[in-house]
Amino acid sequence: MFGGIDIGSRTVKIVVMENGEVRDFQVRNSGYDPYAQASELASELIKAYKPKRLVATGYGRHAFEVDFAHSVITEIKAHSLGARYLCPNCRTVIDVGGQDSKGISLNEKGRVINFRMNDRCAAGTGRFLEIMAKTLGFSIEEFGKEALSAEESVKINSMCTVFAESEVISLISRRVPLLSIALGVHKAIADRISSLIGRLNLSPDVVFTGGVANNICVHRLLERKLKQKILVPRHPEIVGAMGAAIEAGTA
Amino acid sequence: MEDYHGMWAELGLDLERHDEFLEGLGPAYQEIYLNQEFRPKGMEYFDFTTSEIHGLRIKELLELKKKGHKIVGTFCVYVPEEIVMAARGVWVGVCGGSQFSIPDAERILPSNLCPLIKSAFGFMEAKTSPYYQVPDFFVGEATCDGKKKVWEIFGNYVPFYTMEIPNSKSYMGKRLWLDEVIKFKEKMERESGVSITPEELEEKIQLINRKRRTLARFFDLRKADPPPISGKDALLVSQIAYYDDPERFTTKVNVLCDELEEKVQKGMGVVKKGTPRIMISGCPFALPFWKLHHTVESSKAVVVCEESCVGTRYFTNPVDEGCPTLEDKFKAIADRYLKINCSCFTPNEERIEEIARYVRDFKVDGVILFTLQFCLTYSIECIKVQKALKRFNVPVLEIETDYGEQDVGQLQTRIEAFIEQIS
Repeated sequence: MFGGIDIGSRTVKIVVMENGEVRDFQVRNSGYDPYAQASELASELIKAYKPKRLVATGYGRHAFEVDFAHSVITEIKAHSLGARYLCPNCRTVIDVGGQDSKGISLNEKGRVINFRMNDRCAAGTGRFLEIMAKTLGFSIEEFGKEALSAEESVKINSMCTVFAESEVISLISRRVPLLSIALGVHKAIADRISSLIGRLNLSPDVVFTGGVANNICVHRLLERKLKQKILVPRHPEIVGAMGAAIEAGTA
Repeated sequence: MEDYHGMWAELGLDLERHDEFLEGLGPAYQEIYLNQEFRPKGMEYFDFTTSEIHGLRIKELLELKKKGHKIVGTFCVYVPEEIVMAARGVWVGVCGGSQFSIPDAERILPSNLCPLIKSAFGFMEAKTSPYYQVPDFFVGEATCDGKKKVWEIFGNYVPFYTMEIPNSKSYMGKRLWLDEVIKFKEKMERESGVSITPEELEEKIQLINRKRRTLARFFDLRKADPPPISGKDALLVSQIAYYDDPERFTTKVNVLCDELEEKVQKGMGVVKKGTPRIMISGCPFALPFWKLHHTVESSKAVVVCEESCVGTRYFTNPVDEGCPTLEDKFKAIADRYLKINCSCFTPNEERIEEIARYVRDFKVDGVILFTLQFCLTYSIECIKVQKALKRFNVPVLEIETDYGEQDVGQLQTRIEAFIEQIS
């Protein structure tokens, strides 16, 4: 039995694997004390499954290593391992999480050969979507589906989360239909992600991971933009934690 | 340590804020430098010099000034040191490397400007560093747009002289530059009231060449696997080169090199043999910018070379020695400085050749192309460099950052992932 934990900016994910199968997983909000959330989840898991090794990834990985984890790997390696496990022909990973977006190129053997990641700014990430959904009055779960049903969209020019929020508010006050704004927001995020990863060779199969991959509208817009079929696993948000568990099993 | 508050007060520093700046540096230095393992003993001198950089060194500069030597504050590797010295002047590099002074600069300058310029301007404007109070005058150079326009503003506060740098190394560019070198010599002679003699100039050419050869010897030792010195310590030596007395500096670097040579012979290093070797290539690392090196070396890798103004660009190519006439000597100086491959030139293919050579010589496993935020020329040149390095199959990571701490989380993830990739 091997465990992987992904301590992200918005959620903590934990996965237990045995003989190459996922035995259990949990997702919890990071809240204001992600370390406490992660410790609690890890303690429960250790008690229930007694994993031989536990590997940590995500933002909180180093703080966590001290008390619980046997080793740490970066989100980039973790998502690559996870995506490759779910889709053995995967050559490109697009991971969009709470505050980071990444594009990763893999060689035939699944090794990372290049990657791109946003620096410092939360534009084009899950946090951006959350704030926009809230401003427009959608639940995060329904945001993508609703936006996809829009007949037209408006252009959102600002890429900065704070400025984009003001832009959205001024569109609302001009009585632009909410659905059109919602689709515009999704287009902005898809543009941002595709320009970030544009310099990579986007060889198939392309796998989309991270919480934002649950958003059907971002998924479809990226496919259109990149002219590629993009695969989304059933629980894209736990792919990083799965990768950490796989690392725990092989290290 | 001596109390220098009297000296700083006399220089007109904002004492309270200057104290605040120095207090921040101590713990950072402890964490980044003093906590390192297997440090060479020869680094003690550089630790001492760093701790006295606003103290003892300033005192020395003031004493030299009292004796009539002109103190010349410079911002760039193009300002010829040997000319300053031949006119009995003291050359001191004063670029800014701290976030501390940037809010002061942004009250006046646009915020979308490179942090190196903003930091220097902020220290000068808010009087939080003695390096902007001591010099008799400053020399800037018209390299990038940011610098050449900010020098105009600098001139409103302190005596300022600007050297023009050509846009290309063409025939006309070379003529323009030689002209600028001669004009600068005349400027130095006017300021100091000294006529530069061939003997004096030859002596200083040889002195600065000795400094360059010593730094080259120092960098050569980093080619060993494992390297006998950390990238952080090597960076500090390159940074101190801009501040210290050249004669003393050269002696101390040679002492350090003797120690390192012995370590290399015994196969001793600061990391295990086979540790991933990183070259950082691009913008300068003004003191106290250590963030990038610290992040790399906290991620199970070691920095073995800096292709940077604070690095190889400072010491490659000595000036031809023994040229017969004064005129020939100035020509030799102009030739040497124009061989520095800064991204402000177009085209700049020589830089790419240089990088490829270092990748081979220093047995580099991965290159970090480092750009200070808003440094357009280095940032755009990354595209060409990256393409060239791809031909050599060298993994590349592009990093754009500034002096702030807000991106250390992301920086750490990207650098760690890069090291996972090349390990």
